[in-house]
Amino acid sequence: MLPSALREGSGARERNRVTSEFFALFGTTEHSFMIQTIGVAGSGTMGAGIAIVAARAGFRTIVYDTAQAALERARNQTEAFFARSVERKRLTREQADRALAVLQGTTDIDALAQCDIVIEAVFEDLKVKHALLGKLDRVCPPSTLFASNTSTLSITEIAAGSGRDERVVGMHFCLPAQLMRLVEMSPGLRTSEETFATAWAFCQALGQVPVKTKDNPGFILNYFLIPFNNDVIRMVEAGLAEPADIDLAIKTALGYAMGPLELLDLVGLDTHLLVAEALYAGTHEPRAAVPALVRRMIAAGHLGRKSGQGFYKYSGSAMFGA
Amino acid sequence: MTVDYSMLSLGDSASFPESHALLDNARRRGEVVIVTGNRTEEALERLGDTGRYKAVVIELGTQCLGVYTGEARGEEGSNLLGFARFRLGDDPPTNLIELVRQPATRPAAIDAARAVFESAGFKVALCKDVPGRIVDRLVRPYYNAALRRLDESLASASDLDTTLKLGLGYPEGPIGLLERSGLHHHYDVTQALYEASGDTAYAPARRAQVAKRRTLAAARTQEWTERKLDQPTD
Ligand SMILES: NC(=O)c1ccc[n+]([C@@H]2O[C@H](COP(=O)([O-])OP(=O)(O)OC[C@H]3O[C@@H](n4cnc5c(N)ncnc54)[C@H](O)[C@@H]3O)[C@@H](O)[C@H]2O)c1
Repeated sequence: MLPSALREGSGARERNRVTSEFFALFGTTEHSFMIQTIGVAGSGTMGAGIAIVAARAGFRTIVYDTAQAALERARNQTEAFFARSVERKRLTREQADRALAVLQGTTDIDALAQCDIVIEAVFEDLKVKHALLGKLDRVCPPSTLFASNTSTLSITEIAAGSGRDERVVGMHFCLPAQLMRLVEMSPGLRTSEETFATAWAFCQALGQVPVKTKDNPGFILNYFLIPFNNDVIRMVEAGLAEPADIDLAIKTALGYAMGPLELLDLVGLDTHLLVAEALYAGTHEPRAAVPALVRRMIAAGHLGRKSGQGFYKYSGSAMFGA
Repeated sequence: MTVDYSMLSLGDSASFPESHALLDNARRRGEVVIVTGNRTEEALERLGDTGRYKAVVIELGTQCLGVYTGEARGEEGSNLLGFARFRLGDDPPTNLIELVRQPATRPAAIDAARAVFESAGFKVALCKDVPGRIVDRLVRPYYNAALRRLDESLASASDLDTTLKLGLGYPEGPIGLLERSGLHHHYDVTQALYEASGDTAYAPARRAQVAKRRTLAAARTQEWTERKLDQPTD
């Protein structure tokens, strides 16, 4: 489905909606807050996807990365993605061109000075995020909101190094962001209600579906998914059933489109390890603890689809829609 | 491979509430016997020498197959297998058969049992003889966690469900699914798994305990009302 901004063919109308929803929430017309220009910091897997979502919804979008190569890679992937969207009739050529026209990449952090909100999707490292937000705090006007796409870090802790902790909010997009509509939104301990409400309305204007959760390790999705996947891996490790039998059972019994081991192979065992370690460190839940088999598989190069073998063997890989 | 089979049904079974190809295509005699119902010991007694068959496949609830076959040093196994048609509470039974084997179960017995179920249109997943088999073993801790997180206000019930549906493509979120299929059934399954495993991940979540108590109380109230109605009034 197309985001409403594109269906209506008017980004401006959408932006007005953000403003009016904001006013409705706060019963005020004094505040002239308008989200028009979006910054995305980090042009990796997630940043590139989030930028597509923002540009497609008609927002002027500036992507900042320290690595020129990351920007170029993302630009190429984005053009290819929109070309596929046109081919599959999800977008018209004009819509795709308009989205590409409002999207720009830069290695100059000062370019983010004009942004009303900056969504950061840089490395999952508190120090890196603090350093970035500290710089952005000097570059951007005080009204600019900062959103973090972190999967496992605390929003409150990230906000603490931002110089504007009341205007920082968690916006956790799912991989691949350009296809997944869910965004888990969480306020930090010091996030103002106004910030949260504005970010929420903005998220809806992107054509995404926000859900509200707490600043808890793993938010909702990873909090449930990681221990579940660990349980599945432990089942394989203990030889209780073959991967194909486990996937078949779960799919048949519960109607899941993908079996858990197929999903793990897609995500990659190395990625699973990183997220699970972070979740375990934050919760000490026994089910979050990474089964030893994961490290053995990584050592053996069985990372999943991307290495040709995980719980299953693969030949060739193509994925990821339009 | 087509395999002739017969069925021996004694006592209650929740697996086949309606007619099914598996029941329709059963013969009076066959190389495989499917035993359904909860009077398993009696059924095995009636069958006599089970060694005559290629496979005898026993319906299981939350108990292990070893209860009927005995176990020996992790080397047990014969032509006796277990099976369960997965069913979530009050939902209709699914198309999944979990086929339970032991370490030394005869491959020919497994093949024959699998062929019988597949010929009736089932999907068959083979697993070892452990509490919860595959599906309950994996999903019950997840359902418990969802109920617990609801108590801890991680998110509203509908946001929890929306997240798991949109984020993972699940057809239904855990809260909606448990409400629909009967939370008290979740209590029954988790309580049995908790007793069998001692693992607190299976200990029934508070909301499931409440639902179970209310179901029991409702049954008592109904019984009491009926008794009162039966009493002659003067
Ligand atoms: N990959 C996922 O499945 C996923 C899903 C949801 C959220 N996340 C979160 O999104 C964030 C990014 O993850 P990713 O997978 O896209 O990572 P990635 O490694 O693909 O991309 C990170 C990008 O950030 C850039 N970068 C690093 N430091 C920077 C800085 N100081 N300033 C500007 N750019 C910088 C890097 O050059 C790189 O291009 C992380 O916080 C991660 O936890 C990831």
